Amino acid sequence: MPSLELHDIRKAYGDTLVLDGVSLTMEACEFVAFLGPSGSGKSTLLRIIAGLETPDGGEILLDGRRIDQLPPGERDVAMVFQHYALYPHMSVRENMSFGLRNARVAREEIEARVAQAAHVLEIEEELDKKPGQLSGGQRQRVAIGRAIVKQPKLFLLDEPLSNLDAALRLRTRVEIAQLRQRVDAALIMVTHDQAEAMTLADRIVVMNDRRIQQVGPPMEIYARPANSFVARFVGSPAMTLASAVLLPGDGSFARVRLGDGAEVETRVVASGLPADAPLHLGLRPENVTVTAPEAGTTKAKVELVERLGDRTLIYARLADGLEVTAQDEGDSRIRLGDEIGLRIDGGAAHLFGPDGAGHHAEPAA
Amino acid sequence: MRTPGSWRRFEGYAFVGPFLLLYIFILVYPLILGIGISFHRADLFGARQWVGTENYARLLADPVFHQSVGNSLKLVLLIVPPLTIIALALALALNRPTKTAAVFRGIFFSSSVLSVTIVTLIWRFVLTPDAGLVAKAMQALGRDPIPFLSDPNLTIPALAITTIWWCIGLPMMLFLAGLQQIPGDIYEAASLDKASRWTTFRRITLPSIRRTLILVVMLQTAAQLQLFGQAQLLTAGGPSGTSRPIVLYIYEVAFGRWELGYAAAAAELLFLIVLAVTLIQYWAVTRREPER
Repeated sequence: MPSLELHDIRKAYGDTLVLDGVSLTMEACEFVAFLGPSGSGKSTLLRIIAGLETPDGGEILLDGRRIDQLPPGERDVAMVFQHYALYPHMSVRENMSFGLRNARVAREEIEARVAQAAHVLEIEEELDKKPGQLSGGQRQRVAIGRAIVKQPKLFLLDEPLSNLDAALRLRTRVEIAQLRQRVDAALIMVTHDQAEAMTLADRIVVMNDRRIQQVGPPMEIYARPANSFVARFVGSPAMTLASAVLLPGDGSFARVRLGDGAEVETRVVASGLPADAPLHLGLRPENVTVTAPEAGTTKAKVELVERLGDRTLIYARLADGLEVTAQDEGDSRIRLGDEIGLRIDGGAAHLFGPDGAGHHAEPAA
Repeated sequence: MRTPGSWRRFEGYAFVGPFLLLYIFILVYPLILGIGISFHRADLFGARQWVGTENYARLLADPVFHQSVGNSLKLVLLIVPPLTIIALALALALNRPTKTAAVFRGIFFSSSVLSVTIVTLIWRFVLTPDAGLVAKAMQALGRDPIPFLSDPNLTIPALAITTIWWCIGLPMMLFLAGLQQIPGDIYEAASLDKASRWTTFRRITLPSIRRTLILVVMLQTAAQLQLFGQAQLLTAGGPSGTSRPIVLYIYEVAFGRWELGYAAAAAELLFLIVLAVTLIQYWAVTRREPER
């Protein structure tokens, strides 16, 4: 049975359309990440699900019950806010029990649930403190605890890691992964950080420009991006998109020529591509490797070298001015200004049509 | 030659100096002078005769002074609680980003910029028994006009109403400033926590503006203990002293009877009353203040 269903959600602020017909179905206990740049509508969508914003059109169902006309407190959802939104004058215990008291849950039940959540989140020592006396990480855990004790059908996490420093961010990421194991509920997390989305979610909803661009498991989003936006937005550093022309040929796979004349043999089925239309060749850094100047698919000049330890990223420019990101070994000797050869692994390359739609390599048999 | 460091040390004083001089000259010096005068038999022409604590002893036995202290306390009790509640209610109603709310904020604040003379004039038109607005309304309903300004039981309430109308603007603005400090997301959290409007007000809003509330009550108590102009102009303290607050008493003694030393002693007692009431309030609310 589906848990959350969104049907054709629309929202505009004045003349500005922020959500244009968004539909989505979530499985029971599924963890979905809304991923997108600022202004893509992902936070608005989360707030509409929570009931903090009213959609202009569409329906929301949770476990088969229509909730879009209910007040936020009646929807069986709990939210962890970006800035925690803890009640500053209440103790941690009061913060966590406030919602249950309003829902007239029995006192013993409240105490049991708060104690349980505090134990799991290791904030038992903090129960009688005020939020002002806690560290950022502890506040985050109180905010999660406040959501857990409500035993909702759906958790909403609004950029839960964006306020934390790098070390705490990793730890909280682990905590969110554990939260997911502990609760019998679906989760939605809004984030603009693809690493969070990739590592935590069962499925990622990539949003941009008021619409869902692609919905799928993390590896599918990465390996088979639906369009050039998803291809560029997911993956770091971003995929290189090179203008390319389809070469006539009798093979079943497409051959393309890049702006500098280099030819690349792909494993994208040629028959699916629009004829005589400008294409873009999509190359992930790991599919472009460095060779001796004459040994590669094409030649380039190095503009920036990023040494990451285990690998080195080379930002190079082709003869026609196109910037390409390539990958080399960790102990690479390439220096700024070097003339190098690039070997393009056409078998892993993607092609994007004039409308941006992605065409991907057939898996090798 | 001065080094830049030694100049730096004096630079700060140059900024606070003018204010400090003015403050000492028009506040600290008169305060000390007043304490001095209160131990003298003195008149407005400068005659001084040391009498020790005689002025204070006389005051503590003076039934007219007792009556004025009682009147001032009654006024505080009739003004401060309703003023605080009405100002808070207005602030809650007008704490929204609409144009209408902005217009009403301006309207409710506008009475504060009027001088006490104008305010009293307006309320005289409203309250006068023969031709006032209330009287006309009562007559239209077939009732007798209410003698607000001559019935001993009604003069203090009449002064209270006038004062509330006049003073509502500042506390309302203070509450609005306090309300706007509350982050919006804790209201969103409360709505997800199923909090009713009353629960939200009692558990979220009220604790968040606690400091503003304390400030408003303390400022207004201190201000209304010194109520003067409305009483002098609206009722002149009458009938038979039933609406004479302490400051009016001090004024009459000093500039009516020319007993400057006696008036100064009364002023010092008022100073002590204001100080005591304020300190008691401060102690009462900070006693349970959670440590931060």
